[in-house]
Amino acid sequence: MATMEIRSVSKNYGTIRVLDDINLQIGDGEFIVLVGPSGCGKSTLLRMIAGLEEITGGEIRIDDRVMNTLPPKGRDIAMVFQSYALYPHMSVADNMSYSLRLRKTDKPTITQKVRAASVKLGLDALLERKPKALSGGQRQRVAMGRAIVRQPKAFLFDEPLSNLDARLREQMRAEIRKLHRELGATSIYVTHDQVEAMTLADRIVAMHGGHIQQVGTPLDLYDRPANLFVAGFIGSPGMNFLAGDVAGGVLRLSDGRQVALPETMPAAMGGATLGIRPEHVLPAPAGQGALDATVDLVEPTGHGIILHLTLAGAVFKVLTHDRRWLSPGPAIAVSFPPEALHLFNAEGLRV
Amino acid sequence: MTATRIFGTLAHRAAILAFITFALFPLFWLLKVSVTPNDLLYSEGVRLWPSATTLDHFRFVLANSEFPRFFANSLIVSGTTALVSTVLAALMGYALSRFRFRGKMWLAGLLLVTQMFPLVMLVAPIFKILSPLGLTNSLTGLILVYTAFNVPFASFLMQGFFDGIPPDLEQAAMIDGADRFTAFRQIILPLALPGVAATLGFVFTAAWSEMIFALMLISGSEKATFPVGLLTFVSKFSVDYGQMMAAGVLALIPACLFFLLIQRYLVQGMTAGAVKG
Ligand SMILES: Nc1ncnc2c1ncn2[C@@H]1O[C@H](COP(=O)(O)OP(=O)(O)O)[C@@H](O)[C@H]1O
Ligand SMILES: [Mg+2]
Repeated sequence: MATMEIRSVSKNYGTIRVLDDINLQIGDGEFIVLVGPSGCGKSTLLRMIAGLEEITGGEIRIDDRVMNTLPPKGRDIAMVFQSYALYPHMSVADNMSYSLRLRKTDKPTITQKVRAASVKLGLDALLERKPKALSGGQRQRVAMGRAIVRQPKAFLFDEPLSNLDARLREQMRAEIRKLHRELGATSIYVTHDQVEAMTLADRIVAMHGGHIQQVGTPLDLYDRPANLFVAGFIGSPGMNFLAGDVAGGVLRLSDGRQVALPETMPAAMGGATLGIRPEHVLPAPAGQGALDATVDLVEPTGHGIILHLTLAGAVFKVLTHDRRWLSPGPAIAVSFPPEALHLFNAEGLRV
Repeated sequence: MTATRIFGTLAHRAAILAFITFALFPLFWLLKVSVTPNDLLYSEGVRLWPSATTLDHFRFVLANSEFPRFFANSLIVSGTTALVSTVLAALMGYALSRFRFRGKMWLAGLLLVTQMFPLVMLVAPIFKILSPLGLTNSLTGLILVYTAFNVPFASFLMQGFFDGIPPDLEQAAMIDGADRFTAFRQIILPLALPGVAATLGFVFTAAWSEMIFALMLISGSEKATFPVGLLTFVSKFSVDYGQMMAAGVLALIPACLFFLLIQRYLVQGMTAGAVKG
């Protein structure tokens, strides 16, 4: 178990800067999820923490010791790879015990630890198999097992579930959460899937273009996104945005229509973007709400209905659980509860 | 449907058979001549198999010629060359596959350049270099030269095999607590065995059949390798085909044994790394 500190860390590949001024403090036993679109630098950051990638600038500390030039072997952390990276020529038991054998742990201890881990992960019947004789889900478990037998200071996960089908992913997500509760080890988990981030994290680190966009609890990011990127990235379906000008306490849309803003928001600020989540929009028959919109598509998902609308020339989505809206007609009206509105300035920052 | 499939299979097999026949026929002829008694060699005309066979040629070659010494020399030279070249090529191939370092492009280019010259051009300079070092007329000298000429291509061969092994594997090992060399030895090398086998085989056969340097750097029969030794069966007035072929058949044995030994790995290797023929 460990605390970690990342101090103005940056990374260049050649002349290209892929991470810039990353700062992060991680508490003992915390489960941190790095989330962001593909290519934003999540894996690079994780691999720098692991010691697999050189640190161009800044400092990474584990338990107050600077790790910058230490090889992976000296950092006492375990990592689960997206590809699982199981050793193909070793049995499941040998895969799991490799780290212990490298540390010259005595045989009985190894057997006992591998047994404990394999029981925990339901692998005890597969210990003699080679990785190629395992299903994807079983391989994933072996990769987890290899990490937990060591009882390392910290766990790193790089998109460990992205090769599994949806159902298995859901199941493993719950198991990872449970494992973390049992082991209580500091964990950093990388994913591009915001649902995984929301369900697993104690705190989420949202990343985009090599920068940290926001750090906070899942509900922080959902309720008070710091900028347009986080607002659009967290939540599914994504937040709706209405662009316009704010003056006299109203937002004037590009088509001239107006949306009244609550008094808590600035009355005048020029160019701005108003955001509202699809699940917070209130649908009503045409003419009976704040704004009318044309209906393009009705998408029943079983537990809800997603209405795809066109509003002021842009796509606008509504998520409702009222089956009345399965056949809404060509146009409907939408209203916005004032407390569910998010306002962003011309730079995209929350106001 | 089934009829066309059966026909397709038959045609496929027939083509393979035709190719194997074509490739193995010279070897068959070698064997045939080696067991043909001298008096029947010219008198019987062209026949697939002589009316009488004999092992006299083999007996003579083993007992009365210098062939056993040539054979032993060849075994020492080829075996050592294969071993040393493969170790060097494995290390070099790994570096080329995994590391970024200054001058890597130049190094790879230089390695390629060494492959562009016909060996004949280099015989004289090599002789000039080795002679003051006392390495002419010595097996060590031959091993040195063969190793130098085989390592570049063998390195590219090994690099191809290492490229096929995901870097995640040694990174996982390094996180598990191995240093890079341990990860290479315990994780990557076992997975690259087909490549190691292919490289060993390639270098061994190249050295086994090499003629130009063996001929130029070695004088006399004391240090001669087998391809040069074969020439001793060509005398001023005649060629003793029977003995020559018998020696040839014997010379095939180690190569066959060697490939038998590594073929388990080689079959995977051929498809994985595309061996230069
Ligand atoms: N070895 C490398 N050489 C050059 N650029 C790289 C290398 N690895 C990653 N990158 C670049 O760095 C950026 C971040 O990559 P990565 O951390 O893998 O993103 P993520 O894991 O968030 O999808 C990408 O733009 C990628 O193209
Ligand atoms: Mg990644």
